[in-house]
Amino acid sequence: MAIDVAVPSTPIPAPEVAGRSLRQLAWARFRKDRAAMTSLGVLAFLFLIAIFAPLICSWIGVDPYTFNSSAISDDGGKPVGAWGGISWQHPFGVEWGTGRDIFARLLYGLRISLMISIIATTITVVLGTFFGIVSGYAGGKTDAILGRFMDLILAFPFLLIVLALSGAFTQRITALGVPEGNASRIVYLILIFSLFGWPYLSRIIRGQVLSLREREFVESATAMGASGRRILFKEILPNLWAPILVYASLTLPTYIGAEAALSFLGVGILPPEPSFGAILADSVNYFKLVPSYLFIPGGILAILVVTFNLVGDGVRDALDPRAARS
Amino acid sequence: MTGYVTRRVLIMVLMLLVLTFAVFILFNLLPADVARLTCGKICTPQTLEANRIKLGLDQPVLMQFWYFFKGLFVGREYYGGDAPIACPAPCLGYSFQRNELVTTLIGQRLPATIWLALGAFVFWMVGGISLGIYSALRRGKWQDKSVMGVSLIGYSLPSFFLGLVMIYVVIIQLKLLPFPRYVSPFENPVQFFQAMLLPWIVLAILYAAFYMRLTRSQMLDAMGEDFIRTARAKGLPERTVIGRHALRAGLTPIVTAAGLDLAGLLGGAIITEALFSLPGIGTLALSAVVNPDQPIIVGTVLITSAFIIIANLIVDLLYAAIDPRVRLA
Repeated sequence: MAIDVAVPSTPIPAPEVAGRSLRQLAWARFRKDRAAMTSLGVLAFLFLIAIFAPLICSWIGVDPYTFNSSAISDDGGKPVGAWGGISWQHPFGVEWGTGRDIFARLLYGLRISLMISIIATTITVVLGTFFGIVSGYAGGKTDAILGRFMDLILAFPFLLIVLALSGAFTQRITALGVPEGNASRIVYLILIFSLFGWPYLSRIIRGQVLSLREREFVESATAMGASGRRILFKEILPNLWAPILVYASLTLPTYIGAEAALSFLGVGILPPEPSFGAILADSVNYFKLVPSYLFIPGGILAILVVTFNLVGDGVRDALDPRAARS
Repeated sequence: MTGYVTRRVLIMVLMLLVLTFAVFILFNLLPADVARLTCGKICTPQTLEANRIKLGLDQPVLMQFWYFFKGLFVGREYYGGDAPIACPAPCLGYSFQRNELVTTLIGQRLPATIWLALGAFVFWMVGGISLGIYSALRRGKWQDKSVMGVSLIGYSLPSFFLGLVMIYVVIIQLKLLPFPRYVSPFENPVQFFQAMLLPWIVLAILYAAFYMRLTRSQMLDAMGEDFIRTARAKGLPERTVIGRHALRAGLTPIVTAAGLDLAGLLGGAIITEALFSLPGIGTLALSAVVNPDQPIIVGTVLITSAFIIIANLIVDLLYAAIDPRVRLA
């Protein structure tokens, strides 16, 4: 007796496994991190208003440099109205004595601060990655010399050396043809941040390269006769994006803070050019009467740095799930 | 061990020599006109030329370096005034603006900086380590999350903003403390503590943030180890398990970081000193930058970086004493 076995005419398709790249996995993890996603949104907003600062200012009808004698009292220059003269016309109030619009000054300050820190971070990352790879891959004497050189740079406290070299270095930059004043100072800040910032990244990259170069895929590339350059840039570099990205997102806020600190001390960006540091330094004289002078710029600066750090933490957790925070 | 120590000390001496050379290059070859950087905000052509000769800036660069280097070990003399000015070893330079030896100026400013660093150190180590342990023991709970939140704010907030908010709240609004005016603790201890309390707290918050995270992660790593399970299985009280076993295992990187941070602070906490007008190394360097006086800048940079290099050595040696594997590497 034959048993009828129902044979399905078509085989049941196996559930499709979607291949996901490491990048997609990391992005999926990052998207679940609510603090990091919110921060990313806040940062995107701050970036946009910094880029479109001139447009926004002309739309509201304010300007960071114009003195407004109508917004301040005739004797002593106290802003008219409560909280430093906050009104529809001047959303964050006006400066004591000059009547310059604080909203416009903060927007332009944000622009300069982001410009300096983004350029400096980019140069830092390029230098740090390059020397880290060279040091880790070449090994031997090159590594030893570069290592001692980095030790030397790291022996200088960051803020002190930035402060100490400002006179000497800015003078040289001006002598090389950059216009005197804030143009030279901006170039100085970008250069000094990069020159004294790269060894921190370089150390990390070097360690990564040391372990990567012993891996099988590098060995097989060598066996196939790949050139040193190909191994460095096609085999090793793609594996370094995670530490580079993490480091960059944590360096940027450091540079924002350093620029603000220097301007606060009177050696960074100088008035009449607006900057967070200078605005806060100015607030010291009046914050007893007008606390908003301290809390509005300080609050925005704090939000900027905190959100950057949260994004940085998020990136780290997403790229390296083993080092997750909780 | 002796071989290791000798090797490390030799490397340190070499580093110090290279450092001296690097500082000289940075401050003498980088600027277009060094004399201009020694002559303050209001600078007449006469002072400018006089400084050029007084400081030996008209000499060839190699000779200048030789004088500078020699001055560090056997002292040197500055000419140009009526009588030559003797600068005994270790000669870090002479400020013709203030008519003082740089070593004297640094010596005057060192006490305030040391008090600031030591006080803040005690606050942040106690606060950072205990909160870090607490956070690790309450892992994932709201206590852990709030400690980590505080830590995030602590390391993100720009130090000068934190300081300004403290001044505004504590001194201006609540009037809990008078505006800080530094005196030596031996002269007037009450006023000393009143002046130092806020700077200590501000610096401690900034530094503690990092130590909270470090201690927490070290503790979490250690708590997962087998020897903790063994300790618990032996029936040791939880207190001993945490204090004697877990914390001790994770202490090394904390000690390392603490040594380097303390050394860095001994070179002056520029922003905190400036905010609370403390007469320390940081404000000395700052005033020499605002009102250009290069010999003072060079002196402070040299001293501070030497502190860090020496601290590096001490930390490395401590490390080797604690962990024998380091010596073999």
